[in-house]
Amino acid sequence: MKKWRGFSIKRFRAILVKEFTQMRRDRLTFAMMLGIPLIQLTLFGYAINSDPRHLPAAVLLADQGPQGRTLLYAMRNSTYFDFVRQVQTEKEGHDLLARGQVQFVINIPQDFSRDFVRGDRPAILVEADATDPAATGNALGSLSNLFNSALQNDLKGPLESLAANTGPIDLRVHALYNPEVVTQYNIVPGLMGVILTMTMIMITGLAITRERERGTMENLLSMPTRPSEVLIGKIVPYILVGYIQVSVILIAAYFLFHVPMQGSILLLMIVALVFIAANLAMGITFSTIAKNQLQAMQMTFFVFLPSILLSGFMFPFRGMPYWAQLVGEIFPLTHFLRIVRGILLKGNTLDDVVRQLWQIALFALVALTIGIKRYRQTLD
Amino acid sequence: MKNGDSVIDVHGMTKRFGDRTVVDRVDLDVRAGEIFGFLGPNGSGKTTFLRMLCGLLRADEGSGTCLGHDVINESEAIKREVGYMTQRFSFWEDLSIEENLDFVARMYDVKARRQAVRESLDHLGLAQRRGQLAGQLSGGWKQRLALAACLLHKPRLLLLDEPTAGVDPKARRDFWNEIHHLAGEGLTVLVTTHYMDEAERCHRLAYISRGKLLTHGRVTEVIAHERLTTWAVTGPDLPDLTQKLRKRPGVEQTVAFGNSLHVSGSDAAALEKAIAPFRTDQYEWHQVDSGLEDVFIHLMDGADENSSP
Ligand SMILES: Nc1ncnc2c1ncn2[C@@H]1O[C@H](COP(=O)(O)OP(=O)(O)OP(=O)(O)O)[C@@H](O)[C@H]1O
Ligand SMILES: [Mg+2]
Repeated sequence: MKKWRGFSIKRFRAILVKEFTQMRRDRLTFAMMLGIPLIQLTLFGYAINSDPRHLPAAVLLADQGPQGRTLLYAMRNSTYFDFVRQVQTEKEGHDLLARGQVQFVINIPQDFSRDFVRGDRPAILVEADATDPAATGNALGSLSNLFNSALQNDLKGPLESLAANTGPIDLRVHALYNPEVVTQYNIVPGLMGVILTMTMIMITGLAITRERERGTMENLLSMPTRPSEVLIGKIVPYILVGYIQVSVILIAAYFLFHVPMQGSILLLMIVALVFIAANLAMGITFSTIAKNQLQAMQMTFFVFLPSILLSGFMFPFRGMPYWAQLVGEIFPLTHFLRIVRGILLKGNTLDDVVRQLWQIALFALVALTIGIKRYRQTLD
Repeated sequence: MKNGDSVIDVHGMTKRFGDRTVVDRVDLDVRAGEIFGFLGPNGSGKTTFLRMLCGLLRADEGSGTCLGHDVINESEAIKREVGYMTQRFSFWEDLSIEENLDFVARMYDVKARRQAVRESLDHLGLAQRRGQLAGQLSGGWKQRLALAACLLHKPRLLLLDEPTAGVDPKARRDFWNEIHHLAGEGLTVLVTTHYMDEAERCHRLAYISRGKLLTHGRVTEVIAHERLTTWAVTGPDLPDLTQKLRKRPGVEQTVAFGNSLHVSGSDAAALEKAIAPFRTDQYEWHQVDSGLEDVFIHLMDGADENSSP
């Protein structure tokens, strides 16, 4: 009796073998799995621009005088920048940038005001996370005008002539992680997440509904098997498919788009596993809810569209209204995008990405639990 | 479990879809080693009843045991010991014959799996075509494959839902010989069918219509229970005679059998009176034993004029 209560490795293996065999025979699906990434990669040569505001910035203010503060006020008033943190050291600022907690670090050096009044053209350093150029471009572009007009009142006497020539300050912008500001650097890693989301949800979304439509469900249900064996047995083979896609995209990213690969590919592969599992679990859950394959497809798109719109793939995440950001935080794609960009472009390590990874894992767990609960062991 | 013990013993089994009662308080008692025929018109609830027995559908009401397990709560234990052959072919058409058998054997954790699969293939006579996709088999061969797959895990009870629909006569005979052979070894079989010759090969029968069990018992009992009198008549222009007879009281059913017409009624005297005017030299009349078919058609007409689809 008891032996039958739990999960059976043998039956799980039986389902695994069956799914692998069926997958191998299903040429069209298989071709699609490889075709979709290739087509998408070729199509997405361009980016979509937008004008995000209220970007989080940290400030390292070493200056005691009034001019430094004037600049910060002006920046805040422009609504491009929200100062969320004051840091004490450069390293602290860099850490915030690397984790994506701020988009900019503004560095106002010691004696800035004194040098300014003397007409020494003091330097001000703005470091920007340029992984997503669309997100930072406008904000950075506005800076020089912003500073000049803010300091207008202070430009008196001999400083006036200086202002006319070279500007009263020396604005230095460092575009970190993507110094040439190439949008493809941002798009291509993002595409990995988008493609996985679409194909993985769809493929498992069809898994149970197909059995139901072909009448084989009746047979499967008449066998002594547990929902977890069936569902996990159907998920695992597609993890392999997901990995093939990841590899195709990474190779294309490297050789065709010359996307820099700063971080560990092994780490990326581990993260991808969790992400793939999350999407497969979501698909299988749809599959248990949908009545037929068409419904399963519709549900896939019901999730896919908001995912790409709200995850920060199409539009910079920080440019979206607050409620949209909240919704966006739910999707595994949102977190995966941050991680992939982080690893490839910023060289993030496990420490940097673990917070995002957690959220994907949690999503996978919840989706799978719902799926197993929803899986009907009867035909009615 | 020895012969004579109840393998299926259920009471008041009821299934509703929405507000339609599809199986209505059915009691059934099937004993070990018995071949039990389950008959009834299309849509009468046979498939639904079988599905409830093996836990594929949740019964709305009812209780009892199947193979000693509670039919409502222990369907997982029941599933392990039942071979259920679905009415519609339900194996994987994109798997080969061998792969299908192998999958089933793995799912039931069959001992010496490879050997069991090989023997099953040999027995089927499909050893040469083992690599062929199941979807490419002809209808009759699909049925044979399905039966073989159901038997792989050596079940104690077989539930067969119209196993011989669309199967040629020779294969049908082989099939029934096999069923009898298995029953001889102690396997219990509950089989639905629309064929009278198959019904007659069952040890006992039940007849269901509109979800209600109308009669059950041995073939002879079922026939005797209906107390139907039947006359066979041969002669010219039987269709015309049929028209005339149908209008007469006492004639409850007329069925054409090739060159003869069977006229039946449950009141023997009334029937004899009804046919009296037609007992002329033109026609040759004689009383015959009512067959199963006469009885079933009578049952069907009695239950309602038109069974729901
Ligand atoms: N899932 C379902 N939902 C709603 N109605 C159903 C469902 N399954 C069966 N029915 C209805 O239940 C009735 C009995 O169906 P069932 O398949 O049990 O008949 P059957 O006796 O097996 O018929 P046949 O001889 O044609 O196979 C039919 O009227 C059918 O329409
Ligand atoms: Mg049926």
